[in-house]
Amino acid sequence: MEGLYAFCVGLLTACGIFLALRGRTFSVVIGLTLLSYAVNLFLFASGRLKLNAAAVLGESEQYSDPLPQALVLTAIVIGFAMTAFAVILAMRARADLGNDHVDGTLPVQPSDASQKSGGSQ
Amino acid sequence: MSSLIWLPFLPLLGTLIPLVTARFSRTACAFMTAALPALTLFLVLSHAGDIFQGERFFAAIPWIPAIGLELAFRLDGLALLFSILILGIGLLVILYARYYLSAKDSIGKFYAYLILFMFAMLGVVLSDNLIQLWFFWELTSISSFLLISFWGHKTEARKGARMALTVTGAGGLALLAGLLILGNTVGSFSLQDVLDSGELIKASVNYPIIVVLVLLGAFTKSAQFPFHFWLPNAMAAPTPVSAYLHSATMVKAGIFLMARFYPALADTDLWFLIVSLTGLATFLVGAYIAIFQHDLKGLLANSTISHLGLITLLLGMGTDLAAVAAIFHIINHAIFKASLFMAAGIIDHESGSRDMRQLNGLWKYMPYTATLAMVASASMAGVPLMNGFLSKEMFFTETLHQASLGSLSWFIPVLATLGGVFAVAYSMRFIHDVFFNGEPINLPKTPHEPPRYMRVPVEILVALCLVVGIFPSLVVGDLLLAAANATLNAPAPNYSLAIWHGFNFPLLMSVIALVGGLYMYHNRSHMFKFQAQFPTSDPKLVFEGVIQYLTNKASRIIAFTENGSLQRYIFFVLAFAIVMTASTLMKLNTTAGHRPEIPLDALSITCAVLLCVSALATVLWHRRRVIALLTLSVVGLIVSLAFAQFSAPDLALTQLSVEVVTVILLILALFFLPQNTPKESSPRRVVRDLSLASLIGGVVGTISYALMTRPLDTISTFFTENSKTGGGGTNIVNVILVDFRGFDTLGEITVLGIAALGIYKLIARMRLFMPSSDGNGLAWSEDRHPILLAVISQSLLPLALLVSAYIFLRGHNMPGGGFIAGLITSVAIIQQYVAHGVDWIKTRIKLDYQIMIGSGIGIATLSGLGSWVFGHTFLSSWFDYFYLPVIGKFELASAMIFDLGVFLTVVGATMLILANLGQLTTSERPIQKEHD
Repeated sequence: MEGLYAFCVGLLTACGIFLALRGRTFSVVIGLTLLSYAVNLFLFASGRLKLNAAAVLGESEQYSDPLPQALVLTAIVIGFAMTAFAVILAMRARADLGNDHVDGTLPVQPSDASQKSGGSQ
Repeated sequence: MSSLIWLPFLPLLGTLIPLVTARFSRTACAFMTAALPALTLFLVLSHAGDIFQGERFFAAIPWIPAIGLELAFRLDGLALLFSILILGIGLLVILYARYYLSAKDSIGKFYAYLILFMFAMLGVVLSDNLIQLWFFWELTSISSFLLISFWGHKTEARKGARMALTVTGAGGLALLAGLLILGNTVGSFSLQDVLDSGELIKASVNYPIIVVLVLLGAFTKSAQFPFHFWLPNAMAAPTPVSAYLHSATMVKAGIFLMARFYPALADTDLWFLIVSLTGLATFLVGAYIAIFQHDLKGLLANSTISHLGLITLLLGMGTDLAAVAAIFHIINHAIFKASLFMAAGIIDHESGSRDMRQLNGLWKYMPYTATLAMVASASMAGVPLMNGFLSKEMFFTETLHQASLGSLSWFIPVLATLGGVFAVAYSMRFIHDVFFNGEPINLPKTPHEPPRYMRVPVEILVALCLVVGIFPSLVVGDLLLAAANATLNAPAPNYSLAIWHGFNFPLLMSVIALVGGLYMYHNRSHMFKFQAQFPTSDPKLVFEGVIQYLTNKASRIIAFTENGSLQRYIFFVLAFAIVMTASTLMKLNTTAGHRPEIPLDALSITCAVLLCVSALATVLWHRRRVIALLTLSVVGLIVSLAFAQFSAPDLALTQLSVEVVTVILLILALFFLPQNTPKESSPRRVVRDLSLASLIGGVVGTISYALMTRPLDTISTFFTENSKTGGGGTNIVNVILVDFRGFDTLGEITVLGIAALGIYKLIARMRLFMPSSDGNGLAWSEDRHPILLAVISQSLLPLALLVSAYIFLRGHNMPGGGFIAGLITSVAIIQQYVAHGVDWIKTRIKLDYQIMIGSGIGIATLSGLGSWVFGHTFLSSWFDYFYLPVIGKFELASAMIFDLGVFLTVVGATMLILANLGQLTTSERPIQKEHD
């Protein structure tokens, strides 16, 4: 089980980082969200995986480590605030700058003629 | 010794006086400015008697004792000597500057800078703490920058000031590094501790580094070869500044540093080699260059370099007598050089030129000044009956006793005599070229004697030259002995300050120097011709060139690393992170540990496959944003299932409710953002990013696996054991949040509130157009609030609030709590917004979310403060059990009040964000035409 879990954490990290390296704000926000899933799972797993061992006294024979859980709980809420801030900032940037590129300006395309006709930009 | 603290700070207070009194007459301003330094000098002198008896005074105010930071001052013989020089010559310079500066110059500003410098200098010499000493050291660099660039309209003043600041500032950084290593080696930043642990320091492996770094600081400050070039360029300063900084005080700070750390650092081969050879080179180079200067102040500046080299050489000789001679020459040089600078200033002021090719025969115009200048020059040359002669004799004596260069030791007295020859030659040039040698050529003004009181400082100093020269032990004997004792941190050896020691080698060397110097001056035309063959290189141009080169290189590096592209920055940060983690991870021999793994089951595999597929789909379809959002939410759901599976019900609940809020938020945002992402990454970029992402993913996965398969040594046992007895709850996670680590949570909700307020401000002035159709060109549905959704959600609201209350109340003992309850409540309210629209809600729910955040944080803080009332520490909780009919036994805990604060903040923050964002879609949003 641990191997599978670690694989999922690694995959989520990789996906998150790839998207965070994209040039448009929305992709970056999605990437950061994926990355924060991975980080939360990673931190949570530092308390080791346990089945049927909720950290509630009297509910089970043994208890999982409550400390990483408490840390991750607040991290999830703060992560939401961070995502919200990033996405609102992205909207504000688009409103003020006229585009949604992370650098605030659209990159100069090497060949404008070959640009795809699709896309709303 | 409380008055000791006041010694440096009286002048600091004094920096304000000239600024205030500049509106009165210049004389009044000068006198009032002089008042506090005079008082300080009086205070210093009042300690002199005790210090001559061998006492030392200390005063300290601790600041952060744990890391050795304090405000600590000491007054011993060396500090006394320097304080008298700084304050005494400072007072004379104040008087002199009153006549030197013209009516156009802002005298208030000048005096303020000057007193600031005086404060910094006093701080250096009185400090009893290494860090504090360095602080004042840097302050002298900065205040001298202000003084050198006082005539900021002149290019050379700005350039000279910049050069002085760069060189001394760079040296200051080296000194800081040296002092930090020194303090760490000794284990204390107290100067006295350092001076007492000389053996320890010299035995330490850090000793060579310390010596080199500290000496770099000293050499740059005291203009030692090869850092000497800044001093002649600093002559662009007004002459009172040169007389003060560049003869008596600032350039002596480096010498002071060497003398101060003499017991701790000197007396090794390394010290001898570096200090004595640098001093010798400076002594000769400075004296030689001085002969060829045409500018009066240039000659004096190079002569100062030479004399500083002489003192450095003495300090590098490693004998106690040489150190005494060094101290004596510090006094003598300060006296005659300050008077010479002032005389040069008078000549410049009254004739309009400093060029010795124009200045000739001034004897006829200003005989009185000429006499004073000649006496001072004679002292500089080392003529008997002058103070300069005495210390130069001591210098010659010491060079004769040197054996440190082995069989080549005879070089030192020979080269010292050669330097003496140069010194006589340039002193002769100063006297003969300026006051005799024909008639003045094309002077801008007809020279005349200066105002009466402008001469007074020169008269006092020249009188001192003679008095010290004739009655040395009577005048400065006690001071010199006290300073020498303090420098050596031990009783000084016996020495004699007499003028006449009989016919001996040093006297012969003096005679050779005098005769040789006169001969050299007489044949100067040959020397000038010889010197003219060399191509002239202006150190200023070289320096500017180096700076320009460095600036260009730096700009190119910056242009490469900081080109404004966020993608590049993230790439660099991540690439660096992978290098750091991967290299550490390679040291781990096996990936898997010994902890037994949980067997796999079908459900887990299914969920994991779903998670991986959704995550990959998010990446694959990230350009079609709505679809990416949908797959993202699938990932989020499975993450919350994973929390539930692995015994973290609180996390599962939180993740689930946050997931709902996040998706609603992103959909709302997507409404205003482009629906699709254009394809713009080059294939190379995609491959590069994919490689980096896979690498990091692989590393993170490996760390996670290695971590999970190793046994855990947790600190949580404490929480598990004390959760019920100490915190009164069985849900350990919640007890940690509201009790054990309640302070963290308080910070956490504060951050949440601040983020929400920031978002509110970002939204408030947002100017976005509202698209009339989706990405495919289809118009949005006209049915904005479907009746079915409205009815159901309205009936769901009380139910949702009930669930929320239940989750909140049971949170202390069962999975739940303020965070989760707050999110559930938010979701319930948001649903009403979705179903009915902002306008409909506004008239019905009158909640000010900002006040909600504020009261939430307030309640949480107050519940923490409440425990103070009962004499407990911040945020300690109280609980007890009560019995009510019908309900039964129940518990009340102060932690629930804290949790209520958390609840209110979460609801307030979430709603402030979403309600305001949602409001943008209504009639209240700002209208703007589509433009992109």
